Amino acid sequence: MRSWHKGAFLLILLLCCLAGAICLSLFTGSSSLSLGELYHALQAGDKTDTTYRIFLYVRLPRTLAAIFAGAALAVSGAIIQAVLNNSLASPNIIGVNSGAGFCALLAASLAPTAWAAVPLAAFVGALATSLFIYALAAKTGASRITLVLAGVAVSSILSAGIDVLTILFPDDVIGATGFMVGSFAGVTMTALKPAAVLIVIGLVLALVFSYDLNVLSLGEEIAASLGMRVVAVRFLFIVIASLLAGSAVSFAGLLGFIGLIVPHICRRFAGGDNRLVIPCAALLGAVFALVCDALGKWVFAPFELPVGIILALLGGPFFLFLLLKGGRGKIYD
Amino acid sequence: MTESVLTFSNIATGYGNKKILEDISLDVTKGEILTLAGPNGCGKSTLLKAAARQLPLMAGEITLFGRKLDDFSQKEMAKQAALLPQSRSIPGIPVEQLVFHGRFPYLGLSRRPGREDKEKVAEAMELAGVADMRHRDLRSLSGGERQKAYLAMVIAQDTDLIYLDEPTTYLDIGKQFEILELIGRLNRQGKTIVMVLHDLAHALTYSHRMAVMEKGRLLTIDKPEELFQSGLLNDVFGVEGHWAAEEETYYFTPHQK
Repeated sequence: MRSWHKGAFLLILLLCCLAGAICLSLFTGSSSLSLGELYHALQAGDKTDTTYRIFLYVRLPRTLAAIFAGAALAVSGAIIQAVLNNSLASPNIIGVNSGAGFCALLAASLAPTAWAAVPLAAFVGALATSLFIYALAAKTGASRITLVLAGVAVSSILSAGIDVLTILFPDDVIGATGFMVGSFAGVTMTALKPAAVLIVIGLVLALVFSYDLNVLSLGEEIAASLGMRVVAVRFLFIVIASLLAGSAVSFAGLLGFIGLIVPHICRRFAGGDNRLVIPCAALLGAVFALVCDALGKWVFAPFELPVGIILALLGGPFFLFLLLKGGRGKIYD
Repeated sequence: MTESVLTFSNIATGYGNKKILEDISLDVTKGEILTLAGPNGCGKSTLLKAAARQLPLMAGEITLFGRKLDDFSQKEMAKQAALLPQSRSIPGIPVEQLVFHGRFPYLGLSRRPGREDKEKVAEAMELAGVADMRHRDLRSLSGGERQKAYLAMVIAQDTDLIYLDEPTTYLDIGKQFEILELIGRLNRQGKTIVMVLHDLAHALTYSHRMAVMEKGRLLTIDKPEELFQSGLLNDVFGVEGHWAAEEETYYFTPHQK
């Protein structure tokens, strides 16, 4: 089968890109760290060694954070776009990220020590926001642009909520600036671990149900006629997308645009089969996040730009391009 | 002899609180092509949706093969009756993959097609005449080719009943006939077909019976020749019907005042 070859080729290509991007991420930064030095430090296993500490506590968590956040947001975006059949939708644009961010900060302020409280709260926030937006789309038959505008409104309400939290709990909301923009710097393994577990669960579920996403994409009436319980399946996908976006936001902050740009590029090359689009989005999302993060370290070195700024600089124009392309904004004709 | 496969008993249905259909009773006979005709907004598509259990009933009851519609699971329904609606999305997938979606109700949890699924898909593509374009992207096809691809999907679903909502709309006349001929072939293979057609001449030519609807009610149900003779179509649509005996074809002209 020709499409099978194409898929395998794309995935292998993306895996190679990912390997390259991981190296790029691990070996760039404000202090130089070469492969040789790292090898010696790891061999020696001296936990007080500077190289060892930089690698273990700075570089590695940051690289892993980029991989997990990138993959999660890209797949979340691919699912949201497919479920809403709206190419302008993505977790940040319809306000899902803000919902996750608000609840994550709330949890961080109220229960800073509870395990997995922050990512789970972020998941709840993301789910509540996406269900609200979905209900809005379904009830009013809102157009694709209307949905985006509703997302803007919801985002600004939730951002105000986030601002209130940062004023009420100034001590607990550490690095709130980084959180608002979205950054992988300073992510700790403690924050990353529970979120990473949730992200892996979300990615596996997305892959397992990718065929059902294809059937759902044929339109509600056909999917139902083919024996799909459309309401239940759609809800399942909204839960998966929220789990992914919420978990990513819980440690990386309000990262934008990965969930918009990456699924577009994937569909361009992988076509409309979500069994291929989902894994491609996961890999390309990780690559994209790693490269943008490295770019942020490099552009104004020795100053570092948080990855969120780089993403906004790339994503804003891309979003405008999508708007101006004048398309009806559907991902299926 | 006539065995009814689908029965509507005094049903009423609609969207939200808005009632579209009122007091509809209708028997669909096994092996027939029944066409629903009526002016725009009379509720033809709504009736198909109700038959496919995609709209809740406000009154009455629908039975499929003698069983109440509500007693079917979603998958059981999908093995008995297939709906091809007018509104659909066109994902960028190859034709063959679309046709494989017709096997969805038969797939296990792994969603992997078995040998029987592959055979049914191959047969369906052959029958619908899309076998030679199986690898082409759905988006690259013309309207007529797409419609055939969707019909192949419905055929692969392997149901006794097929509901088609305006299967020839937006197609040029040659393609319309191709689709109607295909529907005729399906019918001769034993499928019962309930469809909505806008073109009265086509409906009269290709149906065994026609149900005429107006403003959410069923006016009559009759064989095409008798229906044409009765002149009811002229009244409902405000047109003048003619029979060209030499060409053996119906045609309609504007109503003469």
